[in-house]
Parts: sequence; structure tokens; C-alpha cells
Amino acid sequence: MNRVEARVKVTGLATYAAEYPVEGVTYAYPVQSRIAKGRVTRVDASRALTMPGVLGVLSVEDPPELAEDADGELALFQSRDVAYRGQLIAVAVADTYENARAAADAVRVSYEPADHDVGLRADHPGLYRPEVVNPDYPADTERGDVEAGLAEAAATIDVTYTTPVEHNNPMEPHAALALWDGDGRLLVYDSTQGTSSDRETIAKTLGLPASHVRVVSRHVGGGFGCKGSTRPHAVLAALAARAVGRPVKVALTRQQMFDVTGYRTPTIQRLRLGADADGRLTALEHVAYEQSSTLVEFAEQTATPARVMYATPALRTAHRLVRLDVATPSWMRAPGECPGMYALESAMDELAYAAGLDPVELRVRNDPETEPESGLPFSSRNLVGCLREGARRFGWDRRDPEPGVRREGEWLVGTGVAASSYPARRRPSKAAATVRDGDFHVQVAAADIGTGARTALTRIAAETLGVAPDRVHVELGDSDLPDAPVAGGSMGTASWGSAVVRACEELMKNGSEGHADTTGEIATDSRLARHAFGAQFAEVRVSEVTGEVRVSRLLGVFAAGHIVDAKLARSQFIGGMTMGLGMALMEETHTDEEFGGFLRRDLAQYHVPACADVQHIEVVWLDEQDERLNPMGSKGIGEIGIVGTAAAIGNAVHHATGLRVRNLPITPAKILMARF
Amino acid sequence: MKTFEYARAASPSDAVRRSGPGVMYLGGGTNLVDLMRLGVAQPDHLVDVSRLPLDAIEQAGDRLRIGAAVRNSDLAADPLVRARYPMLARAVLSGASGQVRNMATVAGNLLQRTRCAYFQDVSRPCNKRRPGSGCPAIDGDHENLAVLGRSDACVATHPSDMAVALAALDAEVHVTGPGGDRIIPMPGLHRLPGDAPERDTVLEPGDLITAVELPPPPPGASAYRKVRERASFAFALVSIAAVLDVRDGAVAGCRVALGGVAHAPWRAGRAEQAIIGGPATGEAFLAAAEAELDEARPLPRNAFKVPLARNLIVRTLEELTP
Amino acid sequence: MDITLQVNGVPRAVDVDPRMSLLDLLRERLGLIGAKKGCDHGQCGACTVLIDGRRANSCLALAVAVDGSEVTTVEGLAGGDGLHPLQEAFIEHDAFQCGYCTPGQLCSAAGMLGEPGPSAVTDDVLVDPDLTPAEIRERMSGNLCRCGAYVNIVSAISEVAR
Repeated sequence: MNRVEARVKVTGLATYAAEYPVEGVTYAYPVQSRIAKGRVTRVDASRALTMPGVLGVLSVEDPPELAEDADGELALFQSRDVAYRGQLIAVAVADTYENARAAADAVRVSYEPADHDVGLRADHPGLYRPEVVNPDYPADTERGDVEAGLAEAAATIDVTYTTPVEHNNPMEPHAALALWDGDGRLLVYDSTQGTSSDRETIAKTLGLPASHVRVVSRHVGGGFGCKGSTRPHAVLAALAARAVGRPVKVALTRQQMFDVTGYRTPTIQRLRLGADADGRLTALEHVAYEQSSTLVEFAEQTATPARVMYATPALRTAHRLVRLDVATPSWMRAPGECPGMYALESAMDELAYAAGLDPVELRVRNDPETEPESGLPFSSRNLVGCLREGARRFGWDRRDPEPGVRREGEWLVGTGVAASSYPARRRPSKAAATVRDGDFHVQVAAADIGTGARTALTRIAAETLGVAPDRVHVELGDSDLPDAPVAGGSMGTASWGSAVVRACEELMKNGSEGHADTTGEIATDSRLARHAFGAQFAEVRVSEVTGEVRVSRLLGVFAAGHIVDAKLARSQFIGGMTMGLGMALMEETHTDEEFGGFLRRDLAQYHVPACADVQHIEVVWLDEQDERLNPMGSKGIGEIGIVGTAAAIGNAVHHATGLRVRNLPITPAKILMARF
Repeated sequence: MKTFEYARAASPSDAVRRSGPGVMYLGGGTNLVDLMRLGVAQPDHLVDVSRLPLDAIEQAGDRLRIGAAVRNSDLAADPLVRARYPMLARAVLSGASGQVRNMATVAGNLLQRTRCAYFQDVSRPCNKRRPGSGCPAIDGDHENLAVLGRSDACVATHPSDMAVALAALDAEVHVTGPGGDRIIPMPGLHRLPGDAPERDTVLEPGDLITAVELPPPPPGASAYRKVRERASFAFALVSIAAVLDVRDGAVAGCRVALGGVAHAPWRAGRAEQAIIGGPATGEAFLAAAEAELDEARPLPRNAFKVPLARNLIVRTLEELTP
Repeated sequence: MDITLQVNGVPRAVDVDPRMSLLDLLRERLGLIGAKKGCDHGQCGACTVLIDGRRANSCLALAVAVDGSEVTTVEGLAGGDGLHPLQEAFIEHDAFQCGYCTPGQLCSAAGMLGEPGPSAVTDDVLVDPDLTPAEIRERMSGNLCRCGAYVNIVSAISEVAR
């Protein structure tokens, strides 16, 4: 169905965080560190404070009161230590945006710099094994004898892939509008993927009871993970508003987003694979090297897909982390799975060539009965079905595996395939449903960050209640509503939807209202391996003159349980694949080794796909019945679309040219330098 | 953004009269407003010249006179430009976006500044922005920067597509200024960085571009091609404007200009000289391209631009060969 | 400085700071939040409005420099209480997800449909080409959409262009 909030979005009436009309609003603009490591010795705001309209400057010279155990990225102006270039070290508040920004520019900061280290290397002496990787997986696993498996293999590969720093770059920059009332209660309009958790974090950081904080986030201009945890701008707005005694708006610039709102860690990934003469794996080893900041340990679960994907008698996965003088990495669409599957599915393609097998067939032959690492049965697993259906639709049987032989003028043409997978989890959520004037009102503190949560929950409620969707009204995006987990980890619809179903069921029983909390229900979920799967096929054209790569065709076939709404699901799969295309061909933030921080911090230099890059994307899904997930039988679809796209494109580039570019993104520079 | 005084010029001479230290002319604003917001440009006075009556495209005999305030999109959509200088229309259309082209003026396009990451970030050194502060791009992020005509002080590239076509067309830039009126040939408006990279062009303080005049189009077939990893709305890695006139199997005329390789649109004079009078063959084009690129001094991460420029010259000229 | 604009057909006289962009004027002073700030540098298109009928990045226009202009934002695109055909088509084709780029996409598409002439992908620049999907993709590339709704945006615009 059409999005329930479609009309306000196409008429410009939907309100995002910075857009609520507030009487007497003022503006805050942050000052950022110009060193990557060291100390702030002095913040001189004397000139800024004399400028027109300026209401105040906050900095470490007069540290605002915050909880002592605040998260390192949120503990603003508490320490003189600088952890990374771009860190927020002061803020100017003024009556207009122009005056605030000019005042921030006039704040003079003196530093005592120290030598910094911002470069991730696989031989970095600071590498260590984290206790766990996100969200709570063991860092290392080992089963069977990898060395023996490799020794006995008929075909082996030992390859290293790298992925760069990538930035989520939702179209709406992070913004917050903070208002304190006379009783010390705080209202924050924030761009967040979860109002319940944002309220908890803001309250904890400010040392307030959660009941004194309300977060409202009716519309969010995309997040893709970087609005999944509270970011410093929200704390900044609250502190500034408290200091000047007026409402304060903070709208980060696109450049500031690169510095303080998280990013996908760069990775270095070594894959060693062996297969016997029939193409059955004898060993699989996946070791990932990645970074975090000195402030917070963020250990991405990059090698975990290898624990799920293929049957092998010997499996080893490992993660090594190094703490650098950089901002803390954070979640970006399919964290772990996306870069990890890029490397694993590229390596599987290389193994297919080494073993002389078709890449689809290699994957089919190694499809496991149970989850390889845990031994758990799958709730459902239709990877083989996706591969077969995709191969049929894509015309894979006509594919000549020989690389570098198809040509249309200067353009070399190739096709590639990769598998996708993403966990299908759910978390406890509350929800309420009531009847009023014959219509049904559903409340849950969910977030609609563009996923279509309002629409999906409307359908879920309508189907449970047995009424038309237009009689259901879903209210979300407000921490005063029943507590709900973040829109992230492809868990939103599964988590909120479970609670909405239960609330609606109770309403049907008593005829007036229902209140649900799924904590108990989820605690008794059986132990199973629950994942969505998919197969992606790409056709690319590579210019032998310029090295440009254009993706002429993408096909995604997914098995993701019951699809709640076909129209919105198709859009979301396509959106994930579009972002995957960007990851494959253009997305890269450059780390500045000399000065620290990032370079190319804007949308003219950090390229995300433009309309012209997306030619033809087709998405289909298998009809998958899985009763052991949640009341809807659904698996999350927000992330699986991006998993595998980059590998499929990279494998197609190899098929087109014979070149393996193992360092994303696959740019004309890399193709030309490899060919000439 | 620093505060400034804003005034609208009544005429070109009024604009020049208002010029002086701390004064900048505002055209479409697509680069200047951008740079002011970044703190890279900090004028005390803005003199708005965007509404001066310099927005006509007129035939002057066999020449074409394009007003300095003509919007990029109007230039590309102009029937005379499309018919007589299709390469110029194509170059303009390959730059920026529809919205930006609706705002940006001809003069502003010529005078836009490099998109080098260091130049645009006032918290980092840059010889072009702060003379003598150093060029971190040389040992840092220079993948998109210059391979030809660079200096030890600066490896910036000029980002315009239009200027590359104008350089190939032998355009003339008409300027008025405190020192009177003058005409600057293209190429020639833009400088190589040398030891004064803060100066992008040969314009003197207070100079105002009033028009660009095109001589009759050179005979032969022409093309503009732009290479970029994003399919649109991206600056060129390398671009080429080329004209080739082949008569009886021999090259009677040839023009080649490259974008994305230097501090100025790069007219490939050596390649042209090597090609003119010889056979129109791939071998001849390759030899000419290599002669031109012989003086390239690539850095580690932009070395790909040399084979890219070579391939582009050869392929474009081959495609222009009847 | 005192300036006067026609915004969605309504004359608006305002005293503005010369540093203020048209985008900030619309959003912070005139209560028109449809035009979005995505990059503030003309690199994303979310702020696209029509200035004197032509699509433009309102973040790159100083308010003082557009004194006297007619500005149309997404709020005024339909010219009444109904929806513009592009707005209808965007809804039916699900041409947006988060909605943040949508007002800019709509204003850009409305402006684009009034721009004849070739584009960078037109084979012959002498011809005013049909608006094929490839032409629409190139002409709409100044409007980034991170949700990746391009496929549906192009089909929505194609329907209206027909």
C-alpha cells in the first residue's frame, strides 16, 4: 500500500527534528578540535562573546555538569584531552544561525598536540582480540583443523580484501532542538532511530531521571545506523539550552557529520579457503582487522557471516581491533555482515574459479544442513532457492565463465553473483491499542526512518484486528509512547510488530484496549538459527579506455519470511542494493594520516550513487513460511539488500575484465593501474 | 560566514568603480557562496554582478559573443551554440547539476576554484589559500589532482568542464577593469601554479569578465568526453575536448584540450603538432598522446591519470576520424 | 537589508542578514520547511526550489541576491489544496522512503520538465530528446537520495512526462 505519511512528505509538511516551530529559539554551532591527539590548553571566547547576538560559549574552561560515567563520545567539554580531530570542544550560542556560526569561528583554541596514529594496518602492534564483537558474539571461533583442511584441498585461495571508511550520510543531517521547562524537564526533538533509548541515554548523560526527558522524532531523514545511538549534537543542544535559558537548535553541517556521527570501520580481511575435487569446502578461515577509538571499544562483527554461510569441516573466524586516534566507528547498514560478506562472497567467487566450478553451483554444494558454527537448526533457509531462482531469471545458464571476453565496443561486459544473509532477530517491545470513535489507535515508540514503519505497523494491526488499514492509526516517534527498541539491526518491524499484534489481540478480547510487553514471550523463544537469505546478480560494463564501471543490471532474490507490504519491501530492497552499488564503486572517506581526521567531508567528494548510476534493478522474493520467528512470520529487510551487492559487482568486474580488484571501491584508477 | 556589505552593481563600470581590497564580485554564487560558508573566501564587500545586462548570446559577424552573466544552462540550450559549437554545449552539460547550471554564470564557471580537499578546509594548510603554509596534498590526498604543469607548491586542478572546451575553441575572454578593457586568449586566462598558486588566473584586482567571444568553429568533427566514477554530478577525473579535421586521409586540423590534469585547462599543443599533417591512425594518435604526456609528473596516487589521458586522446580522436 | 519576494504567490517583505541564504530564510524565518538542508553547498539538491520558474539550489542563493524574485517551494507546487501530478505520481510509485530529499526531487522534476534541450547523455545536441529513463536519470542527478529510491523516482517522473 502507499505510505500512510506520503501526503505530508510530498507537500513539505512532515516535520523533521530541526523543523518544529518554537518561540524564541536560538542556535548553537560547535567548535571542533584541530588536532588529533593532545590537550586543549586554552579556549579563548573573549572575542566571540562580544559579537552581535551571541548568548554564550560553552567549553572545558567551565565544564558543564554531566554524569561522571557518560559515554566517551557524549561527555562534552569534561576533559582537556583530545581523542580525535573534529571532536567537539566548544559551542557558541546566538540568536541566529549566522551569528552562532560566526561566533564559533571566532573562538580561539590553543593546544598542546601529541603524536597521533590514525592508520589501520594488519601488522599494527596495538592489535588485540576484543572480548566480544557486536552485539555480543565471541571474537574468535574455531572448529576443526583449518591447516589440515587447506593441506588436503584440491583448490585453495588465500586472499586479502580491504574496505575503506564509509559514511552513512543520510540526507537529513543530525539535528536536535532542546527545550527545558521551569521544572527541569527536558524536551528534545531529535533525529534518532529510537526515542526510548535516546531518552535513556540523554537522561543518563545529563544525570536526570528518564521521566524528566522526552524525545520526539516524528520523521527522520534516513539513518542507516548513524542515528541509532545518541550522538553528541543532542547532548550539545540540551547543555546549550540549559546554559542560555532558551530553546536551542543544533543542526550539524554535512562536514561535521563526517566527524562526530559515526562511520563504518575500515577493514582488512584475510580469507583462506580450501575445496576438494567436488567443490566441497575443506576449510574456511576469515580473519578481520578493524579499528576503534581510544574513547569507546566498538568491535564490528565482520567475520560472523562465515559462521552462518557454508558447510565446512574446519572453520576459524577471528577479529582483531586496534584503538587509534580516530572517532569511534558506529553502525552503518548491515554492520559486520556487509563488509564481511563482501570479502567472503568475493573469495567464494575466486574459489569457484580456482576449483573450476560455477559460482552458483559452488554455493549450492556447500549449503549446510545446520548453522555451521553453532550446529543449530535454521528456522528457515532458502539460499539455494534464491540462487536457483535468480540464476533462472538472470539468464545465468547462458553465462560463459571465461573472464574478459565479452565486448561491446570499448565496454567489457561481465556478470557476477553473490549470496546475502542477515540475522532475523527481535527484541522486547511494548505497544498499546485502543478503540476510539470506531477507529483503532496503536501506539509504540517506534521510529520511521524511511523504512515504512508506520505503514507496516498499520497493516500488521489491521490484519490482526481484521479491519481495513484506513481504520488504523499508528502513532510513533515519541518516547512518551510505550517503550520500543531502535529501528536497527533489521529488528524494527519484528520487534514492534510482535507487540502490536499482542496489543491488538488483547483489544479484540476485551473490546476496548490492549497493552503488550513482549519481554516474556521473547525470553521463551526457542534456540534456532534465524536468518534471512538472498542472492544478488550483477551485470557490469567496464570501459577499457577509461576504467569506468557502469552497472547495467542488478537482480536481487530474497527469502525473508512473510513480506508485510510488497510495495514498501521492494523499495527497501532496491534501496539497500543501491547503497551496495555505491559501496562497490565509489564510497570512500579518506583518513588524513598527516593531520588526523577525515578528508573529503562533503557530498561532492564523498560520492554516493546519483540517479544516473542506477539503471535497472529488479527485486523478487520467495514465498517463505516461517512460523518460528514472530507472529507475522517476517524477517527484517532493512539491511539484507546491501549485503552481497558489492561482491556481486566486484565478481562481475572480474568476469568482464579478468581483474580482481580486492580493495573497495573499484574505481577507474584501480582498474587502469591494474591493466596498464 | 564573516559579515559583509552587499551591493548590486548598476553597470559594469559601476562594478569596477566599487572594486578594491576586500571586494569580490558575486555571480551565480554557486562557488563563491559555497567558499564563503567554508571560510575560504572572506570578502568585506560583495558586489553583485549577476543582473548586469551581460546575459545575451549574440552573433558578431562569424563570431559568437557570450555575455559573462549568461547562465550555464542557457548557454548549453542556445540554438547557435548547439549548432556551431556542440562540443561546448556538451562540456557545459556534463558539469554540475541542472540546478547549479541554472544559477552559475559563464564568468563564474571560468573563475571557480579548485575542489582540492585541503583548499576547501580552512583548518588545514594550503598554499593556494594561505601562501607559504604548505601543500599537504603532495604527500597526502592527491588522487584527483594534477599530473601536468604542477609545482612543488601546488597540485590543484581547475575543475571547469566549460573552460576545457573554450580552451580548445581558442575563445577570447573580454575583461574590463581599473586598467581599462582587454582581451585574454584561452588558454591563457588560467595560470599554472608555479610558486604563486594563490593566483588562479592572470586577472588583476578589480577585473571583471564581461564576455567570452568565440571565433568561427574550427572545421572538422568535435567531441567532449568526461571520465568520472560516478555517472553524473561529479568533477572530471580527466576530460577531453577535441576537434579533428581529416582530409584525404591526412589530418588537416586538430585541437585537443584536457581537463582534470592541471591547474588550468590543458591545451595539448605538442600532441596537436604531432598529429597535424600526418595520417589519421591510432598509431599516430598514440605517439602524439605519449609525446604530450611525456612531461607528466604524476604522484603515487594519481598516476592513473596518465594512461587515462593517453587512452582518452587516442580513443576520442579515433572516434572523430571519418 | 530589506527585500521583497513572491513566495508561492504571496508577497513577503523581510529584513535579512546579508549572510542568510534563501534556504535559511524560507526555513527559519518564513516557516516554510519543505525545502531541506542536506549539505548547504549545492551538492545534494534537497534544497531545490523554483526561482522565477527555474530550479535552483536555495542554499547557494543569498537571500539579498534574489530580492524581487518569485520563489516556488514544494508547499506551493500544486498551486492549491490538491496535489501536483508529480506529487501524486511520487506517492503511487513509492518514490521516497525517509522523505527528506523528496521536496527537492519534486521541485527539481517540475523544473526539469520545463527544460527542453539536450543533456549530457543526448546523442545529438541539436535535438530536443524525448524524456527516456536515461534522460531523466541524467537530468535528475543533482538530487541525491540516500534511501535509494531512484528506480521509483524515474518511473514516477516518466509517468508524468508522458
